Amino acid sequence: MNGELLPAAVFFGAIFTGNILLSNYLGMCSFLSVSKEIKTSTGLGAAVIFVMAVTSLLNWIVYHYLLIPLNLEYLRFIVFIVVIAAFVQLVEMIIERVSEGLYAALGIFLPLITVNCAILGVSLFMVIRDYSLVNSFFFGLGSGIGWFLAIIAMAGIRKKISGAKIPAGLEGPGITLIIAGMMALAFMGFSGMINIT
Amino acid sequence: MASKAVKTFITPLGKENPVFVQILGICSTLAVTNKLENTIVMVLGVIFTTTLSSFTFSILRKVIPARIRMMVETLIIATFVIIVDIALKAYMPEIWQQLGPYVGLIITNCIVMGRMEAFAASNPPGLSLIDGLASGVGYAYVLVIIAFFRELLGSGTIWGFSIFGEWWTNWAIMIMPPGAFFMLAIFIWVVKGRVAE
Repeated sequence: MNGELLPAAVFFGAIFTGNILLSNYLGMCSFLSVSKEIKTSTGLGAAVIFVMAVTSLLNWIVYHYLLIPLNLEYLRFIVFIVVIAAFVQLVEMIIERVSEGLYAALGIFLPLITVNCAILGVSLFMVIRDYSLVNSFFFGLGSGIGWFLAIIAMAGIRKKISGAKIPAGLEGPGITLIIAGMMALAFMGFSGMINIT
Repeated sequence: MASKAVKTFITPLGKENPVFVQILGICSTLAVTNKLENTIVMVLGVIFTTTLSSFTFSILRKVIPARIRMMVETLIIATFVIIVDIALKAYMPEIWQQLGPYVGLIITNCIVMGRMEAFAASNPPGLSLIDGLASGVGYAYVLVIIAFFRELLGSGTIWGFSIFGEWWTNWAIMIMPPGAFFMLAIFIWVVKGRVAE
């Protein structure tokens, strides 16, 4: 049934109705720890969009042209994580050589991304939902943009409340989770528009 | 030796708890806690993985070159996760289906790699085994408490058995994403508030 989904539907669905962070809880670790400033959030978010889109494409190719013909589907966890780690390492080396500015902006975030569960999560969802090649790419791209939007919004809100008086015990992670809950409530308003699961 | 082992076991349960103190492994804490049954299966998988990964890595710690340490860690974790995945698929296919990608995502659960880096890399196998087990248990009981309240309030049941009967109106929000965020925030608040006193 997923074969009938249009790439555009998957794309917008991944951003709004099935937001990778707010409805699938992926990428929480870096979301909670990095969202203190808008500037760093933007850098990490941009890196996530890029890596997510490309690795979902790579993993689709590896899964369908290598693992399925060889009957090695059960090895997908190891293979996916190795593909992601290798890709991130490669990108880091390339941008270090090519662009000093880009490296300064994105370089420090790249190692963090290998262990960002959202990246592996997108690849696993893509296999479970049986997306086509094009849909996988748009799913990765859309999920990355959805994650980017969520972390930017969170960084903005956290900046606004930085001077507020928060009950003891709720500072830091506690209040961040409550804000994330409210954002998830807001994003639930989009559900029913497109269903991609 | 014995007292050190006891101390190693107790620290991750409270003072250094991976979930509510170090804020690690939040993704699965939020994702699998909508039903108690799924949660129990998931935490058993995580305990199995943390315990054996720490143990294995500790045995190998002196022969692994520093440069490829992270890669070896990931491969060790992935191996145990694949075992969990295959076992679940064979014996509990329904729960396996509901957990979906979150079984595979144990690989990127920061708790597992965090304990390997922070403890198993510099301690003997016996102690590392205890540390891995304790971290898994510290993670497990927090999830079980959260799942208990989410299922009770969200579906009016515990382990699928009706508790409140007919008159109860389900708090649908509790089994949806926002409920997960709020519940974890409240949990952290209660625990930290108590510690502050």
